[in-house]
Amino acid sequence: MLREFLTGRRILGAHLILVLLFLYGPIVMLMALSFNESGLATAWGGFSTKWYGALAANQDIISAALNSLIVATGSTLIAAPIGTLLALGLERAVKSSVLDALVFVPMIIPDIVLALALLSFYSLLQMTLGLYSILLSHVVFNIAFVAAIVRTRLNHFDPSIEEASLDLGASEVTTFFKITLPMIFPGIVAGALLAFTISMDEFVVAYFTAGPAQPTLPILIYSMVRFGVTPDINALATIVVLVSIVLLLAAQRFGTPLKALNE
Amino acid sequence: MKKNIVQRLILLGPGLTWLAIFLLVPLGILFVYSFFQRGSFGGIVYEFTLQNYARAVEPLFVRIFLLSLKIAIVTTALALLIGYPVAYYIATSPARWRTVLLGLVVLPFWTSYLIRTYAWIVLLNSEGIINHMLLALGVNARLELLYTQSAITIGLLYGYLPFMILPLYAAIERLNPEYAEASADLGATPLKTFLTVTFPLTLRGVFAGALFVFIPSLGNFFVPELLGGGQEILLGNLIRDQFLKARDWPFGSALAFLTMALIMVLLFFQAWLANRERQATNVA
Repeated sequence: MLREFLTGRRILGAHLILVLLFLYGPIVMLMALSFNESGLATAWGGFSTKWYGALAANQDIISAALNSLIVATGSTLIAAPIGTLLALGLERAVKSSVLDALVFVPMIIPDIVLALALLSFYSLLQMTLGLYSILLSHVVFNIAFVAAIVRTRLNHFDPSIEEASLDLGASEVTTFFKITLPMIFPGIVAGALLAFTISMDEFVVAYFTAGPAQPTLPILIYSMVRFGVTPDINALATIVVLVSIVLLLAAQRFGTPLKALNE
Repeated sequence: MKKNIVQRLILLGPGLTWLAIFLLVPLGILFVYSFFQRGSFGGIVYEFTLQNYARAVEPLFVRIFLLSLKIAIVTTALALLIGYPVAYYIATSPARWRTVLLGLVVLPFWTSYLIRTYAWIVLLNSEGIINHMLLALGVNARLELLYTQSAITIGLLYGYLPFMILPLYAAIERLNPEYAEASADLGATPLKTFLTVTFPLTLRGVFAGALFVFIPSLGNFFVPELLGGGQEILLGNLIRDQFLKARDWPFGSALAFLTMALIMVLLFFQAWLANRERQATNVA
């Protein structure tokens, strides 16, 4: 019986390893190729960092990366406070399944539908598209992600601490700043880091709401990838992936993004 | 009482206002557009018509819809088949391993999907790594791996597999192991226990995961474009092209809303399923 069980687990474990290979193999391959002198996918020409040099000299890529940075920073700075307030409101002030569903919509709706809706909206207002229209659009799903993560944090701490503060005569404002905010702060930081990561990598909404002159990094990558395999994309891919991973590990340290996604 | 209203306004006001302006109003506009006509120069003629929806059910578009549906369903089924054992293994691992393993599975999802799709171009193209490896193994047939429906399915599976594993993991972790033990004690084989006890009890997670894979698979346009090479037009590409190439926004809006309608039906079904389960546990 036990032996049967262990064999079963071993097969499951082997399956997990294969799945991890499937998930990481392609990414690791790109990283390895980014150091390939030959620039070919199939012939190793020796170790070289020349593709990174080419990247640093490419003005289009630098300015697209800066554009992404502006969009991600701006949308995160707007979404973090709004999302936090929303989380507090939905957990402490109003219990409403309709509002819960509404906040869930930006996460579940196909990104192309959100993108087209926003494009129609902006064009009806005759707005000239640019970085700010991407930024405003990214706030929509960033609010949802920040709210989701702060809500998990709120769920995991005991409201009686707040009640004790109020009973001891602290005002609601004092209680908020002395008790609630410090308790949920790691959640806010985690949510903000996650929002920033999503915004940096987001393509579809940015693609439809961008002006022609100022592409973000994913938009530029899309136009490069469409024309096939070029070695400098490997170097760019390596940097983008590493930046995302570092941001995520930071978010994980501050909070529980995984838990938030589960709930 | 008055203080309560002020508090609610401060907390919910900014977020709900933002979602109203940048989510609900735009969706409303898109919906209204779907009942207007396309102008001869690509603009919108504000005259009511049902023609866009009528056009959407023409055989050409129905074929595209069915093909997209097929690819999304195959992707979802594969994700379930591959994802369930992963979720099961992680959920039944020692607690300190769970977070690490789950993190490993989910981590790639947070990196640029475009880049992860590009990696598959490098792997699959006719001069690519897989063909090269086959050649080294003595298989002297250059396989057309890229620009096929299978390539599209692999790309979607690669992108959305974590979406399947997360809710499955949550469902399996919540499961009381005593149920399976009872089943085993009563003489059921492990397979029977799985099929009659474990799997049915995690059905909500299965359905949630299936939705999280199915919905984005149906709307994705860059995977079919980059890995399908534009050979097959799928729903996402069709909708995109109505806006960016054909300049027929009303028809594009109608297609987007038909897709949304299908998704809404599925979401309501899931909410109903979750609700029923909650009631069942309350009774018990």
